[in-house]
Amino acid sequence: MELIWEGIREAFFLLVSGDPEVWEITLLSLRVSGLATALSLLIGLPLGTWLAMGRFTGRKFSISLVNTGMALPPVVVGLWVSIFLWRSGPLGGLGLIYTPTAIVIAQTIIAAPMVTGLTAAALQQLDPRLRLQLLGLGASHTQMILALWREARLPLLAALMAGFGAVISEVGASMMVGGNIRHQTRVLTTATVMETGRGEFATAIALGFILLLLAYLVNLTLTWIQQRETS
Amino acid sequence: MTSMVLEVHDLIIKRDGRAILNVDHLQVHQGEVLAVIGPNGAGKSTLLLALSRLLNPDSGQILFKGQQLASHDELAYRRQIGLVLQAPLLLDGSVFDNVAKGLRFRGLPRGEVNQGVKKWLKKLGIDHLQKRAAHKLSGGEAQRVSLARAFAIQPQVLLLDEPFSALDAPTRSRLLEDFQALLAATAVTTIFVTHDLDEALFLGDRVAVLLDGQLRQVGPPQDVFSAPTDPAVAEFVGVETVIAGRVVTSQAGQIGIQANGYHLEAIGKVETGQDVFVCLRPEDITLLPCVEDGASDPSPKSSARNRLAGRILRFKPQGPLVKVVIDCGFPLVALVTRTSAQEMGLTEGTPVYASFKASALHLISR
Repeated sequence: MELIWEGIREAFFLLVSGDPEVWEITLLSLRVSGLATALSLLIGLPLGTWLAMGRFTGRKFSISLVNTGMALPPVVVGLWVSIFLWRSGPLGGLGLIYTPTAIVIAQTIIAAPMVTGLTAAALQQLDPRLRLQLLGLGASHTQMILALWREARLPLLAALMAGFGAVISEVGASMMVGGNIRHQTRVLTTATVMETGRGEFATAIALGFILLLLAYLVNLTLTWIQQRETS
Repeated sequence: MTSMVLEVHDLIIKRDGRAILNVDHLQVHQGEVLAVIGPNGAGKSTLLLALSRLLNPDSGQILFKGQQLASHDELAYRRQIGLVLQAPLLLDGSVFDNVAKGLRFRGLPRGEVNQGVKKWLKKLGIDHLQKRAAHKLSGGEAQRVSLARAFAIQPQVLLLDEPFSALDAPTRSRLLEDFQALLAATAVTTIFVTHDLDEALFLGDRVAVLLDGQLRQVGPPQDVFSAPTDPAVAEFVGVETVIAGRVVTSQAGQIGIQANGYHLEAIGKVETGQDVFVCLRPEDITLLPCVEDGASDPSPKSSARNRLAGRILRFKPQGPLVKVVIDCGFPLVALVTRTSAQEMGLTEGTPVYASFKASALHLISR
C-alpha cells in the first residue's frame, strides 16, 4: 500500500514540476499518434466511403476483411512492420526501423482499418435514397460525398476517436518498431512498460496518468464538437 | 404545337436479367403535367430514375429536347431537373439550408441563393419556418420544404415520385391544392408518379398507365378513366366489372351484346360479330329491389337500357359508401351509399336488379 501512495506522490511531483523528459515523451506520443490518426483518416475516409457506396464484386468480403482488421493485434502489426523495415528486410534500405516514422507507420496500420470500417458503417446507416436525392438536386459526385460525410459527421467523429484511442494506448507495435530509445522513440506507453519493469512504479504511475489525461483531453475535445452538433 | 421536352423510345431496364421496365414510346410536352399511374412494383419509380439519369437503361433511348440523354453532360442534365421523392429526405440543418442546397450545388452567389430561397419558402407558405431545424418539422411541413427545394432550382423538368402518399388526408389535400397552383403558375414540365387515381385526375394534363413495367395507355384523364384500352387498365382505373361478350347487333350507333347469357345494350361503333370486353364502373350501376319469387320485374320503368337480376354476394364498406358485389352469373360490382343500403335493407343473399344505361358501358375490342 505504501508503494502505491509513494508512487502517486511522485507522480504528482513529476507532473507539477514539469520534468523535461516526461514532457519530451508526452509530446512525442502526441505527435506520433496524432500523425498516425491523421494518416488513417486520409486512408480510411475515402476507402470506407468506397466500401459503403461502391457496387463491385467482393464488396462484402472486403468489408469483412476491414472489420477483421479492426481487431488487428498491435504485436502482429509490430512484427510485420519490423520484418519489412528490418535492415535486411524489403524496406530496410530506408533506414526507418527504430525511428518515430516506424511507429507512425505501425500505428497507421492499426488505426486505418478502424477508421475505414466505422466510416463504411456510418455511411451505410444513412438512407440510401439520400444519395439519389442529392444527385437529383444537382450535386456533383464530390458534392454528394461531402454532403453525406456531413450527414454522418457524428459517427465519423466517433471513428476518429476510436482510431486515436487505439493508437495512443497501444504498446506492442511501438515497442517492436520503435525500440523505446531514450530521446528518440520513447513514447508514453513504452516508457510506462519500461519503468514498471525497472520497479520505478512512481514514474510508471505518473506516465500512466499523463496517458490517461492526454486521451481524455483529446476525446473531450472531439466529444464536445460531436455533442454540440446534436444539441 | 408544343415542343417535346422528353421522349422515350424502346426503353428497357432489367434487374436480375428480367425486364422491369419496357416502354415502347412516351413523349412529354413542354409545360404539361404527366401523371404516371400504376400499382406498386409497376416500374413507376424506375422510369423516373431513368428520366433523372440516375439509372442507366439496358437499351433504348431517352431524348431531352430532341437530343439523346447520353450525349448531354450528366451533371449539366441533372442540373436541369428537379427531383422530389416520396420521403422528404431533408438534410441535417435548417429549413433555409435545405432549400438553399440545390442552389449552392450550382455555385450561385450568396445574394441569389438568399433571394431564391426566400421566394420559394414564401410561395410554399413556410417562410416562418426558415430557421427551424429540418428534423423538427411535421410530415406536411417537411414535404413543403422538399418541394420548395425542387422549385428553387428552377428546373426545366420536375420529377416527382409519390410525394404526397405518406401524408394524412387533410394535409395532403391542402398541399395538393397549393402544388397545383404552383404548377399552373410556373408552367414547369412535370412528370408525377402516383398510385393514387384522385391525385392523377387532379393534377394530370395527361395520364400514363404503367402496368408490369409496360405503358398500357397514355391520354387525357377522362379518356383513360372512361375509355380504358384493355382490361388490365380498366381494372386499375376502377372499372371493376369486365366481362367478355360478342356484338350481336350494331345499328346507328346502338349495339346489342351477348355476354354471360345476358343481352346488353351499349353505344358505340363496333361491327357485328366482334368479340369485346364489356367494362362497367361501379358508380354507374343503380340497384333496385327485387321480389323474392322473381316472377316479374316490379320496378318502375326507367331510361336505363340494361337490367340484370342477381343476389348480393358481399359488402365492403368504403367510407360513406358501400361496395356491393352481386352474383349475376358473374360478379358485378356496384357502389351505393350506406343510407341507400340501409333503406333498401340490403344484406348478403338479397335479390336485386342492377340497372345501368347503355352509355355507361365501355367496350374494348378483344
